[in-house]
Amino acid sequence: MQRLLAWVDARFPLTATWKAHLSEYYAPKNFNFWYYFGSLALLVLVIQIVTGIFLTMHYKPDANLAFASVEYIMRDVPYGWLIRYAHSTGASAFFIVVYLHMFRALLYGSHRKPRELIWILGVLIYLALMAEAFFGYLLPWGQMSYWGAQVIVNLFATIPIIGEDLSIWIRGDYVVSDATLNRFFAFHVIALPLVLLGLIAAHIVALHEVGSNNPDGVEIKKHKDEQGRPLDGIPFHPYYTVKDILGVVVFLIVFTAILFFAPEMGGYFLEANNFIPADPLKTPEHIAPVWYFTPYYAILRAVPPMFGSQFPGVLAMGIAVLIFFLLPWLDRSPVKSIRYRGPKYKIALTLFVIAFIGLGILGILPATELYTWIARVLTVVYFAFFLLMPWYTKNDSHKPEPERVTAK
Amino acid sequence: MSRPLYHLARLLCLSLLCLPLTATAAGPAVKLDRAPININDKESLQRGARVFVNYCLSCHSASYMRYTRLTDLGLTEAQIKDNLLFAAEKPGETMTIAMRARDAKEWFGATPPDLTVITRSRGPDWVYTYLRTFYRDDSRPTGWNNLVFDKVGMPHVLHELQGHLVPVMREVIGEDGKPHTVVERLQLAKAGKMTLTEYDALIGDLVNYMTWMGEPAKAQRMRTGVAVVLFLSLFFVVAFYLKKEFWRDVH
Repeated sequence: MQRLLAWVDARFPLTATWKAHLSEYYAPKNFNFWYYFGSLALLVLVIQIVTGIFLTMHYKPDANLAFASVEYIMRDVPYGWLIRYAHSTGASAFFIVVYLHMFRALLYGSHRKPRELIWILGVLIYLALMAEAFFGYLLPWGQMSYWGAQVIVNLFATIPIIGEDLSIWIRGDYVVSDATLNRFFAFHVIALPLVLLGLIAAHIVALHEVGSNNPDGVEIKKHKDEQGRPLDGIPFHPYYTVKDILGVVVFLIVFTAILFFAPEMGGYFLEANNFIPADPLKTPEHIAPVWYFTPYYAILRAVPPMFGSQFPGVLAMGIAVLIFFLLPWLDRSPVKSIRYRGPKYKIALTLFVIAFIGLGILGILPATELYTWIARVLTVVYFAFFLLMPWYTKNDSHKPEPERVTAK
Repeated sequence: MSRPLYHLARLLCLSLLCLPLTATAAGPAVKLDRAPININDKESLQRGARVFVNYCLSCHSASYMRYTRLTDLGLTEAQIKDNLLFAAEKPGETMTIAMRARDAKEWFGATPPDLTVITRSRGPDWVYTYLRTFYRDDSRPTGWNNLVFDKVGMPHVLHELQGHLVPVMREVIGEDGKPHTVVERLQLAKAGKMTLTEYDALIGDLVNYMTWMGEPAKAQRMRTGVAVVLFLSLFFVVAFYLKKEFWRDVH
């Protein structure tokens, strides 16, 4: 065994990789609840890939067969219902986990120097995940799949000058059709998964290069022992592997409870209208995207059309997502963690969370006059969080950071 | 769970619960009656299956549903073949129909929808109410209208059983300030072969069957779920003490 390992190590950095990323990767010892979601995102990724492979074996990317093939999976494939529900629940779980993972960064300043690249890669993963979810949602070929895709692709048509041609190029047709289904299938099962895997690998490599942040937002590498190990660091394996197993079990209890007892989640994870096969001639009364897109959908609807064009709303929606990239440079606070920040940032972050969840709820509801006005206010709050950040973080009071991490 | 997170989670759950669902928000103004659903009541499901193949399966298909799946309801393949197999040759086939979609559209104005997963899009309560609220309306080509599906293309197929209901109209002042006549309630004008109570029970069985058919694996899903969650709960204890043991030397 030893000789085999030596043989491999002479040809491939197996032991070195194991050490660099697990057994001798020193992570701060004070990780709290919020630090579970990175490993959980990896777990959900694996669930999606494995269930996705089995779904692909039975699914037919053909406008005449797609809906029936999903029902075939639900009924005739042994445990097909389990695979399908795991995949549909996994899609929503992915966004829940990723949103909490991103919120952790806002809490403890994980996006700040020297981790800007980790953050940028993370936002790219988020974008790729949104695209992956969007392409995947068309595949069951139900009414919501179809009309949701129709609405989103039409957003591109609002771009001045090139919009019309661009939207036709995306669809491969003048309306969402068999051609669209086929290309979305290709994007969903191969193109975007490849992009996602590459980005996730880069995200982790970058993280392990600079080291993890922690709830105190102080660098553990500043204080090392004689062997050069951070005093406040512990090897990722076994300490965080056993801790993450605990997180995985708790997550799986919630995940399987939804999967087995409420896979539709009251219509939020699987929409009722999506049990009607796609009908290009019948527009549903109310088209709402799946819950994880609703904050941006609410922003889209909140911006009034200008010069007879919906483009300003589309632009606002696009900026609402892309503005996350700028976060490391918008934040001017001398401290990273919310534990040592002053009241201004705490209030701003609270308002941002209220705006994000509020917009998410409004995006599900029909756009009445009152709701549209609330959405407008919340949209302003959403953007103000980012655009005013250089001022309120700079002028905020703050407590002195400790030299070493505090907990335990 | 830390305190702020707990509050966040609670807020999120509460706000989601308070929302009307999109699918029902745009639904009918009529209050839906609650369908008596019990997918473990095999006798009710068998009775419902019989009504379904006798009355629905001539114009509506259930083309994702295989006859053999009815064995889940405690029927043998021979029983299925002798009693329920009218529109197909072999029990392994799905519940398709001979009527062509194009003809159907010409006859009824709309193609009768496939019913395999209709309870998953409409909801059982809607179907239950719909099938019990057909009423006479001479302004309609079929002579029938429906309380939850105004100007419906489908005639009242079960009128021989239920009898004829006629609307009792009432005048109300609408939002535009003008008087409108609306249906206040339905009244039995001509009795059918069944009493209304018997008819409601029949439709109850039928909708129960259709709900089961919408997801035949549901009972298995629930059973498996209990086992999985129980196993994970036990595993949680192991994982908890494993973590505690490893972390003893972290100070």
